[in-house]
Amino acid sequence: MSAVTEPRTTRSVWGRWWVRVLLALLLLSAVADIANTPDLLSRGAVSASLRFAVPIVLAGLGGLWAERCGVINIGLEGMMIIGTWMGAWAGFQWSPWVGVLAAVAGGAVFGAFHALMTVSFGVDQAVSGIAINVAALGLGRFLSSIFFEGQPGGGISQSPHVGQIGNVSVPGLAEALDPIASLETPVISDIAEIVIGVTTGVSLLTILAAALVFLSWWVLFRTSFGLRLRACGENPAAADSLGVNPNRMRYAALTVSGALAGLGGAFLVTVASSIYREGQVAGRGFIGLATVIFGNWMPGRLTIGALLFGFTDALRTRQETTMTALLIVGAVVFAFLTVRAIRARNRGATFAYAIAAVGLGWWFLGFGVVPSEFVGFAPHLTTLLVLSLAHQRIRPPQGIGVPYRRSEAN
Amino acid sequence: METRIERVLLQLIAPVVAIFFAALLAAAILHFTGADAGSVLGEVVAFGTTPASLVAVVNKATTFYLAGIAGAIGFRMLLFNIGIDGQYRLAVFFAAVVGASVSLPPVLHVTLIIVVAMAVGAGWAALAGYIKVTRGVSEVISTIMLNAVATGIIAYLLAPGRLAERAAGSNNIRTTPIPPSGWFPGFEVAGKEVFGFTLVAAALGIGFWILLNRTRFGFELRASGLSLRAAAVSGVNSKRMIFVTMVMSGAMAGLVGIPQLLGSSHQYGLDFPAGFGFTGLAIAILGRNHPLGVAFGALLWAWLERSSQILDLLGVSREIVTIMQATIVLSVVVAYEVVRRVNVRRQQKLVGRSEHVGIENGATA
Repeated sequence: MSAVTEPRTTRSVWGRWWVRVLLALLLLSAVADIANTPDLLSRGAVSASLRFAVPIVLAGLGGLWAERCGVINIGLEGMMIIGTWMGAWAGFQWSPWVGVLAAVAGGAVFGAFHALMTVSFGVDQAVSGIAINVAALGLGRFLSSIFFEGQPGGGISQSPHVGQIGNVSVPGLAEALDPIASLETPVISDIAEIVIGVTTGVSLLTILAAALVFLSWWVLFRTSFGLRLRACGENPAAADSLGVNPNRMRYAALTVSGALAGLGGAFLVTVASSIYREGQVAGRGFIGLATVIFGNWMPGRLTIGALLFGFTDALRTRQETTMTALLIVGAVVFAFLTVRAIRARNRGATFAYAIAAVGLGWWFLGFGVVPSEFVGFAPHLTTLLVLSLAHQRIRPPQGIGVPYRRSEAN
Repeated sequence: METRIERVLLQLIAPVVAIFFAALLAAAILHFTGADAGSVLGEVVAFGTTPASLVAVVNKATTFYLAGIAGAIGFRMLLFNIGIDGQYRLAVFFAAVVGASVSLPPVLHVTLIIVVAMAVGAGWAALAGYIKVTRGVSEVISTIMLNAVATGIIAYLLAPGRLAERAAGSNNIRTTPIPPSGWFPGFEVAGKEVFGFTLVAAALGIGFWILLNRTRFGFELRASGLSLRAAAVSGVNSKRMIFVTMVMSGAMAGLVGIPQLLGSSHQYGLDFPAGFGFTGLAIAILGRNHPLGVAFGALLWAWLERSSQILDLLGVSREIVTIMQATIVLSVVVAYEVVRRVNVRRQQKLVGRSEHVGIENGATA
């Protein structure tokens, strides 16, 4: 499994990120017009997508930290559950910010526990993660029965009301951009709507999450600590021979991983809602794991993946008709991928992408409706497609999932 | 040197220690929450050993056992079939739909339902197996995603006007009930009905053991599970093995819902139990992927779930049992590891001593 990175040739203009973003905007804006679904790029949809994406981003970052150090963290889901519970428990008694701190601490403890199990006791990484998920479910209910039952509004499956983390807006920007947004000029008005959506009523935790994306990138890829951490994910024995203790590194990485997942849980309690509810995490930890792969183990791309997932989530909960617009988007994207696969002479991918493009187009023309049940698994299906079709571009850390033991009886 | 009994005892130490540790932890939690741990545990054991409870345990354990075997088949090949949950739900759903839509003589009807369930489970797992061997996609991720897709497909099809109907007088939405010719007769023990499928599950466990230990395929499976590379070098087609193992695991997972479907509910509805995937994996881990060990794990798991029902009446949240189950799984794995390390050290000592003796003998001769 050695992926050879080809030497970069001079990039065409199509490779620039801003060109791609502009193209995507153009496509979405055109689709919103054709399918007559103005909600597709409205400020409401944008800020809702952001709200749905943040917990996934945080879970994804948690997965990234763990996997970059060579440990798969299937327990992310459980750590998020712990985060939601701790956030509510501390949040309803003191303040939402104390809740956030408690959630981070709770997640970190479980992350460290995952390290204790996998690094010190040699437990299989997936086994430990599964046990953490099972335990977190039980713990949430059990602790709720002790601490939440009897409180006003609380019960075995939900907490009392928790205060919300404050929102901030860039002052004056919405007012300044409103005229442009209401012009209904394609693309330009859409950009105005997006800017308004991103700058108005943004939760402080969202800003924190954005900062953490950057911070993760900086620590992992621009500091010597990050280099050592990644070395332990690629080849722990080699790192060890150079004086880096992989076991200690894995403890550190998993503690951070758990803390990030816990923060994701806190977001669900103090921003996305104002209550702890059982089943609130709803598989976001697993989606976070998927974004890690989707993002090729890089924080920036991982965030884009999470935003896509958040976007589909937001659309599903807003307006069913909007989803039909996504059929066209899907068809166009797959048509584009088909052309690229033809040029790359990848027959299997060409075939698969062409079927997807024709199928989605036919669906739009023939039915025009997407059942909301199908929208629910769109992110998962996309992950599967990306994984199985674009796999040659994906390069996981080489030491992932492999336990490391220092010259122990083995 | 080392007798067979010693080896078996060493294997048994780990689960015993794990259960003891989990019980201790549960007692400690009970104590801290202000309950009288001793009397609560006494009540739980008393309730869990009534004949009605024991029959319910056996029925539930049948389901768990099939899930555990499905997990164990994968584990033997170092595959993590996290998709058991999705495979089994999709399988039992389609089995219920097909079973209700045909009319056949009794034995044939049941057989058809079972075959459909196995085929659907195997097919769904085959997707994960296929992209694993052709594209190298980790089955852990792909099966998690396939679970979500299965949930969506069932949610779509399980709606009035599609493949389901609203049950009269309740909120439940369910498939049409299967006619009695498609029921699997049970047998009565102490006035309660035990699923007839329990016997089939036991037979499947024996079949799994024979397959593993008495066939060429089983040998290749175990060899690949120990070292994929070594097995490949000695001529085992590892890709084929991975794919076949995944399909077999999926076929077994397809059966997980069958005892309940054929034995008591006869339809698939919103109230059909779900979430056996992780349970199956946990039980497989507990039983060290051995058919007998898995049976023991399934019975223990089912017993804990059944006897915990009394806890609510005693004013204790029964979720303490979930915590206990997670503790058991983790501590049993830790205990196995500790036992393994101790064993390695002990054998090194034994070997060292025998060599020492050998040298001394040589010197005196």
